[in-house]
Amino acid sequence: MDTRSTILSDTTPDREVAAIRARGLVKRFGGLTAVDGIDLDVPRGMIFAILGPNGAGKTTLMRMLATLTRPDAGTATVMGHDILTAPAAVRGAIAMTGQFASLDEDLTGRENLVFLARLWGFGGRAAGRRADDLLAAFELTEARHRQVKDYSGGMRRRLDIAASLVVTPGVLFLDEPTTGLDPTARQRVWRMIRHLAQSGVTVLLTTQYLEEADQLARRIAVIDHGRKIAEGTSRELKAATGSGFLQVALADPGALDRAAALLEEHLAAPVQRSPEGARLSVMARTPEAASAALSALVAAGIALEDFAMGAPSLEDVFFALTGAAGPPPEEVA
Amino acid sequence: MTDLTPANLQPMPRPPRPSALSNALTFGWRAVLKFRHVPEQLFDLVMTPLMFTLLFTFVFGGALAGSTRDYLQFFLPGILVQTVAFNAVYSGMGLSTDLGKGLFDRFRSLPIWPLAPFAGLVVGDLLRHLIAGGIILGIGLVLGYRPDAGLPGVVAAFLLLLAIGFGIGWVFIVLGLLIRTPTTVMTLGFTVLFPVVFASNIMVQPDTMPDWLRAFVEVNPISLMTTAMRGLMAGTATLPQVGLALLAPVLLTGVLAPVTLWLYRRT
Repeated sequence: MDTRSTILSDTTPDREVAAIRARGLVKRFGGLTAVDGIDLDVPRGMIFAILGPNGAGKTTLMRMLATLTRPDAGTATVMGHDILTAPAAVRGAIAMTGQFASLDEDLTGRENLVFLARLWGFGGRAAGRRADDLLAAFELTEARHRQVKDYSGGMRRRLDIAASLVVTPGVLFLDEPTTGLDPTARQRVWRMIRHLAQSGVTVLLTTQYLEEADQLARRIAVIDHGRKIAEGTSRELKAATGSGFLQVALADPGALDRAAALLEEHLAAPVQRSPEGARLSVMARTPEAASAALSALVAAGIALEDFAMGAPSLEDVFFALTGAAGPPPEEVA
Repeated sequence: MTDLTPANLQPMPRPPRPSALSNALTFGWRAVLKFRHVPEQLFDLVMTPLMFTLLFTFVFGGALAGSTRDYLQFFLPGILVQTVAFNAVYSGMGLSTDLGKGLFDRFRSLPIWPLAPFAGLVVGDLLRHLIAGGIILGIGLVLGYRPDAGLPGVVAAFLLLLAIGFGIGWVFIVLGLLIRTPTTVMTLGFTVLFPVVFASNIMVQPDTMPDWLRAFVEVNPISLMTTAMRGLMAGTATLPQVGLALLAPVLLTGVLAPVTLWLYRRT
């Protein structure tokens, strides 16, 4: 790892500074405030997720940090370089994989990487070697001589991420790295992101998938309507919502109202209903409280088909924080 | 999946920051590669001027100039100018396509010379002009066109042609940056180019045109370029003719290259 530390010191004035430090970032588009005063501290070598629904301001925030969009207010440093006064230094220390594959579809996978390697200053042969290494690392060796337009979605994503690693960046920005991928392809990309973080790269990723943030990130910032509404580890965010959720399925859907009232009374928390399955879910502060509430249902003669006690999913956390009524929109924005 | 071989992802020493020229050459290399992978783009470039050459020569040639051969002699240098102007539209479309795909976001987040991506476009354009111009000239020679100034005249004319293509190229680079729909770039491009190309001396001398139109045709930069091209190929070009032909390309470059940079950096 000695090599790495020398490289980091090449690109950063001070090894102790955070990978990303943002204060009060604001970006407006006409009348719309896309990012409304966000602070962010991302330590080095961490996978940090920005979680939020479509239109929350995730991409805009990332584009400002990557010097692609100029903030209207606020300041930020990336690897110690100011995004406003030293954008060129920031660009030298980062790599970004945007939401849409930033590849040349007409060229082959290998040519795309050689092209970028040359732009970074590798000589002809060194550029070829670097391309081959990356292709091998991302399991694209067999497809290297195919044009990118013939790649599958997962292959494109992998090549796109590989293209961001031609020179090891201090910070890698990944904007919705797995949007539109099937579960297998998604798992592969996740594994590659984890490997990257292990090799010392700081990763800032945006996602609208709660599972993705939960799986990958050491810390998560939840943003909505351009504001950060919570930040912490996955565990901390869940803990903030309570110890867990009690879910019950009733044998008789007609007893739904009575059951909901009893649960609310015993657990002092709002009850979520899913009418189609005669299911109720409610936050319970302790397992004992949940157990007592279940006993009350049984005592009242309400037959249960099933019950489960689970830690809150990030989904529950997200809804608890944003107060959103329904699941986040599915479409890709 | 086998494992992501961590050895391949080990951070490696960074190469020294490359020069602006090296960046530009790399983009030029990409343009050449695209030629290899998408040779069919040549078809688009050559078909229109080819149809024009054949139709005008054989349909109108006799009526306009007495014989098809005389007309070809008159027409060919001008159709080269038209070819280059139309080619520039395709280049603008290509840029608009690239921008829509996020490719330029990557370029913009790289520490490279900001104009390098455009240098690459220009290299690709010049190559296209050269190939398309060469094909049209070749067909002209087969049909009986004879450049009186011989090879030196043709070389000089092609150098002027490249300068013209370089200058006009900026117009469509700017349009490509402004307009996010490639087909709109094409429609707009041809809407502007058709009148400018037709209201010139490419197809006919303006003698029989109404005065107002003739006044326009005589100062139309396309006419000035065509006159100089004819002169160079025939060996009769004067310095003022060439100078006037270069006026528009020089002005376009001087004004639009900085505009391009500004549009590109604008966020």
